[in-house]
Amino acid sequence: MLDNSEGYVTEDGRKIGGVVMEMKNITLRFGGVVAIKDISFDIREGEIRAIIGPNGAGKSSMLNVISGFYVPQEGEVWFHGSKRPQMRPFEVAQQGIARTFQNIALFEGMSVLDNVMTGRLSFMKTNMLQQALWKGKAEAEETENREAVEKVIDFLEIQHIRKTPVSRLPYGLKKRVELARALAAEPKLLLLDEPMAGMNVEEKEDMSRFILDVNDEFGTTIALIEHDMGVVMDLSDRVVVMDYGKKIGDGTPDEVRNNQEVIDAYLGVSHD
Amino acid sequence: MPEQLVFAMEVILNGLMAGVLYALVALGFVLIYKASGIFNYAQGVMALFAAMTLVGIMNGQVPFAHLINSTFGTHFHYFGWNVPALLAVILTMGVMVLLAWAVQRFVMRHLVGQEPIILFMATIGLAYFLEGVADLMWGSEIKTLDVGLPQGINLWIDETTFNIFDYGFFIDNLDIVATVIAALLVAALVAFSQYTKQGRAMRAVADDHQAALSVGISLNFIWIMVWSVAGFVALVAGIMWGTKSGVQFSLSLIALKALPVLMLGGFTSIPGAIVGGLIIGVGEKLFEFAIGPMVGGATENWFAYVLALIFLVFRPQGLFGEKIIERV
Repeated sequence: MLDNSEGYVTEDGRKIGGVVMEMKNITLRFGGVVAIKDISFDIREGEIRAIIGPNGAGKSSMLNVISGFYVPQEGEVWFHGSKRPQMRPFEVAQQGIARTFQNIALFEGMSVLDNVMTGRLSFMKTNMLQQALWKGKAEAEETENREAVEKVIDFLEIQHIRKTPVSRLPYGLKKRVELARALAAEPKLLLLDEPMAGMNVEEKEDMSRFILDVNDEFGTTIALIEHDMGVVMDLSDRVVVMDYGKKIGDGTPDEVRNNQEVIDAYLGVSHD
Repeated sequence: MPEQLVFAMEVILNGLMAGVLYALVALGFVLIYKASGIFNYAQGVMALFAAMTLVGIMNGQVPFAHLINSTFGTHFHYFGWNVPALLAVILTMGVMVLLAWAVQRFVMRHLVGQEPIILFMATIGLAYFLEGVADLMWGSEIKTLDVGLPQGINLWIDETTFNIFDYGFFIDNLDIVATVIAALLVAALVAFSQYTKQGRAMRAVADDHQAALSVGISLNFIWIMVWSVAGFVALVAGIMWGTKSGVQFSLSLIALKALPVLMLGGFTSIPGAIVGGLIIGVGEKLFEFAIGPMVGGATENWFAYVLALIFLVFRPQGLFGEKIIERV
């Protein structure tokens, strides 16, 4: 049902488009350890795609392959219909793939606003001299970028901390600022590495709402990693399940929930 | 007006001018420190290297002449042309950019993510290496540098002050030029780091490598840029000091004078480097003027360091530095 290239319609009536990113037979090794073993899956335009699995399953490694931080030994990454040559992380980011990190990577010394502004760096096209002198197109460009940033800040409800240095913020808000920075880049694909890790129930609900709203409002394609099964099942349109570096399931939350191999991986199974 | 007060005013003015030159060197340190968290011990040697390269290019010297001649038994020393000052400055800047690239490619790239103390040690190594290269390239004799900057007593100030106080102040034209250039340089650097895309990216890289990569910033590019900017500041400092006191090894020791400036102003603050430089410049001149004669003079050699020590005890982050907060 999912392999037609035209896309599909979700249960709640959203239309999902064609394939944005396709991972083909990815294998990643660290010395003798195989972190990812021959995994293939795709991500479609406008969908929320989850990667789940027990600890050490290789989820974060997979996200790092997509964002260019790790280079797989085997396999191909296809983005928007063409094979991606080996790229460094900043080049991947420039292609329109934004991400957040499991252990928050923010610019601690800068204000929230400045942090989110860094997400717009690739949009700044005027030359250094114009920017320094605040002349010509530079001013218009800065205003334009500021407007885009303010929109994201409003959207994620962090107006009240705009000027606060990030280092003073509590954990939950830092996670939200990181999401704001990624969103400011207007990504074609947004990667979220455990966006709800370490949050309390209320913060988790907020974050879930934001993820759904982002997808709904901007039509952003999202791939996320999450531990909390309840959250994943509620949020995502399709789920890849990994265990010990292998893919053991792929499909809608319902399909995955009823997959015997997945149940075994999560609940444990007696080997007799 | 009492004579002593008039003298003191002249001393303060001269101190401010000297302070500007200290600030110029300190700026180079602050820039690299802010942008990469590295305390660049080689900054002073970079100034020496820049000045020697500038003189060498202007005089049409053959680089590595001694090496070439002793290897091949030739007697090449000069190309036999003179390069105009402005062109030579531009060429020297090119050499500094090449140097920045080499530092990034052969040293810094291999030390990504290392402890700051290791990076600091690497810059000590770099300082000695660069010193050797500079000697090998251009020879170790003392050279004079004249890029056409005005030098000598400023007659207008001399005359004006004479009319007011009955005593003409001695202010060197070169110091006035240095002040103007330093002011322009600071304005340009602040505009660059606060308002340009590259400046923002530079601050981002200093803060977090991973995060910088994830928003599409190339670390290598930023590092080469940072070292090029430091090379540019070194070149300016090298021209000023070189014109003032000749291009020789002791030029690299001005870096040591920058240390107390940085302790006063804070390692992370551009305004701090300027104010710190001015305080030290004025402080040591005034101290020499007021206390010097009582203790047998030569207080300028140690005053700055003692002042810095006092600051370290009472305000270790400097006047403008970021407050150091230890969380337990």
